[in-house]
Amino acid sequence: MTETSILLIQRGRHGEIPRWERFEIPYEPGQSVLDGIRQIRASTDPSLAIRFSCINANACKECMIRVDAKVVYACMCRLEPREMRLQPLASKKLVRDLVTEIAPPDEILG
Amino acid sequence: MARTHIDTDVLIIGAGGAGMAAALSAAEAGARVLLVDRSLIGRGGATVMAQMTVAVALGEEQPDSVAAHFADTMAAGRGLCDARLAAIVCQDGPAAIRRLDAWHVGWARHQDGRIRQAHAPGHDRPRCVYVDFLATGPAVSRTLRAQVQRQGNAIRRIGDLFVTDLVVNEGKAAGAVGFSLADGRPVSIAAPAVIIATGGLTRLYRRNSASANMGGDGYALALRAGAELLDMEFVQFFPIGHLAPRMIGMDPIMWDPFRYKLGGRLLNGQGREFLDEYGMPEDGRYVVTRDKATYVILKEVAAGRGSPSGGAWLSFRHVPEADLRAAFGPVIDRLAANGIDLTKNDIEVSPIAHYHMGGIRVTPELETRIDNLFAAGEAVGGSNGANRLSGNAITEALVFGHRAGQIAAERASGGAAWPEAAAQSRLDLVTAGTGQQTENPAALIVELQALMADRVGPFRTGPALQLALAGIDGLRTRLGDIPSGHPGSYDQSRLDWFDLRNMLLVAEAVTLAALSRTESRGAHQREDHPGLDEAWTLNQNLALDGNRLHLTRIAVPATAPELAA
Ligand SMILES: Cc1cc2nc3c(=O)[nH]c(=O)nc-3n(C[C@H](O)[C@H](O)[C@H](O)COP(=O)(O)OP(=O)(O)OC[C@H]3O[C@@H](n4cnc5c(N)ncnc54)[C@H](O)[C@@H]3O)c2cc1C
Ligand code: FES
Repeated sequence: MTETSILLIQRGRHGEIPRWERFEIPYEPGQSVLDGIRQIRASTDPSLAIRFSCINANACKECMIRVDAKVVYACMCRLEPREMRLQPLASKKLVRDLVTEIAPPDEILG
Repeated sequence: MARTHIDTDVLIIGAGGAGMAAALSAAEAGARVLLVDRSLIGRGGATVMAQMTVAVALGEEQPDSVAAHFADTMAAGRGLCDARLAAIVCQDGPAAIRRLDAWHVGWARHQDGRIRQAHAPGHDRPRCVYVDFLATGPAVSRTLRAQVQRQGNAIRRIGDLFVTDLVVNEGKAAGAVGFSLADGRPVSIAAPAVIIATGGLTRLYRRNSASANMGGDGYALALRAGAELLDMEFVQFFPIGHLAPRMIGMDPIMWDPFRYKLGGRLLNGQGREFLDEYGMPEDGRYVVTRDKATYVILKEVAAGRGSPSGGAWLSFRHVPEADLRAAFGPVIDRLAANGIDLTKNDIEVSPIAHYHMGGIRVTPELETRIDNLFAAGEAVGGSNGANRLSGNAITEALVFGHRAGQIAAERASGGAAWPEAAAQSRLDLVTAGTGQQTENPAALIVELQALMADRVGPFRTGPALQLALAGIDGLRTRLGDIPSGHPGSYDQSRLDWFDLRNMLLVAEAVTLAALSRTESRGAHQREDHPGLDEAWTLNQNLALDGNRLHLTRIAVPATAPELAA
């Protein structure tokens, strides 16, 4: 039997009331939460927003989010065959969905 | 939504190694610099991901010369290098590496203080500097970024700014347009000199070492601005990309430094070493170049002798644990966290798209055929010919960036007027929107990647390349001419639309050039045209003529200046 991962994702733009959406994806051992999100974007909902660049290397340090209330890199956090709750960082200004404003103030268009 | 307009002297698109080096030299020459990136400054491209080495004739490990480095570079390029560009990389390399050293990048050193230089395939002697452990790229990026930040107002930095098109006025660069990812706001930038430092295109392929920002934007920007591309068929595949088991927190090219330091054995699905069966004995050393290794691994797979996931086995089981730990310390723990013990487990590897030799055609001043439009770094074509020597890419990014920044700063004096009329149609696209979405552009990108991997991969044939062109055409129709949705805050699916717009043009450029080159040379292997054909010692040039790509064959530029022996 194939196992599934259930991602409950907090969505919405800055200033909107956040809403939770539920996505089910097939679970594959060894994958990251970011793999799961990319799969959702390509298969069901491309509007789901998350910041990332390097995908594997944990080099860009852009993909920080909260998983089950803990701050993690989405590319370093293992996908598990259970329900996982994904939220944007609480300490940064929300842009949209899982994307927050993490750049230093003098590197933002403003 | 109101547009934001910015004036600057030198606009640099892309904040990787090349872009940051260019920003520093342009600011040093007195120009006002604007450094923009679609991602965050210093984090979005290949530079921060590089783990291994930088090739440079420092002569610290053993005596070396610029001429020897140049000879190896030219030999790797198999007759197609622009010797003038290759000479600049080799000649200016040592100064670029010493600059970083003075900024405390942390090159690995011997006890007596000499910088360590490793011996990488294709080099005639140890020549490649690095930062331990697997930290070369992050260290280079961090160091450059700290220097850029120290320049204060001289270098304005803006991240999350996607450049969609360049603006050209009467044959001369005038700036660029794009949008802010945070809110979708249109942005125009007036600049009398522009440097494209957007890196490579390997995201075009299913299996790659690319970041999300490496779909080849700069090549598309250059083409649409009227500049030319050179030798686009030469995509370098890295032979031993990580294939299985799935790991997290590790770059797929991580096995390269392992092979430098520890050798390792490459085995086929039957557990047999096979490189010598193709006349490439390794004798426990890592000497076979990337194009040849890619070839033999895929041949073994095609012959039914691949590993279970369709690659080859890489084994370090014969290496004592103490040696593994001495060479890679914390990396061994990261492997353990992924359930891998190299003293017990072999891993599976296979070729992945890694670097692009082709690129924007430039003069030795790094200028395109559009006045004051420059290119630097991996975006440039010509210095590596048909195959790149390992370690030359970061050197190239640093050297070309530094040089382009200097020259652009000189050219920028006097300013330029903003040609609103010329910019208009390009700005229109930034604000346009269909309001709805019929196709999922993220899914179309996955389709394109599969198409490129299956039809325009390391092994090519005429019929497969023709199919690829038809496939690209079909995807273009499905993408449409108008971006989906409306400009808005972090609309990633709109970003996918703009990405695919560029990726399709660049994919077509690669495929057309591959179809036209009826020989096999370096990274371009035609199964229906095996073997190198001397008559094909030519570069291929591509330019946009209306909406169509126009291909011409041109002579390889004549020889380089005298180099110090
Ligand atoms: C995983 C990996 C490991 C590597 N290891 C080595 C190594 O050990 N040694 C070596 O010599 N080479 C290595 N290479 C190659 C080398 O890292 C690159 O060729 C080099 O760093 C390229 O530098 P760059 O500045 O030209 O481009 P990049 O560092 O890729 O930077 C380009 C920047 O442009 C930005 N950009 C792109 N398009 C746009 C746009 N439309 N608008 C705004 N910004 C844009 C991107 O976000 C990115 O930040 C490696 C490459 C990879 C992928
Ligand atoms: S995607 Fe780069 S660190 Fe996670």
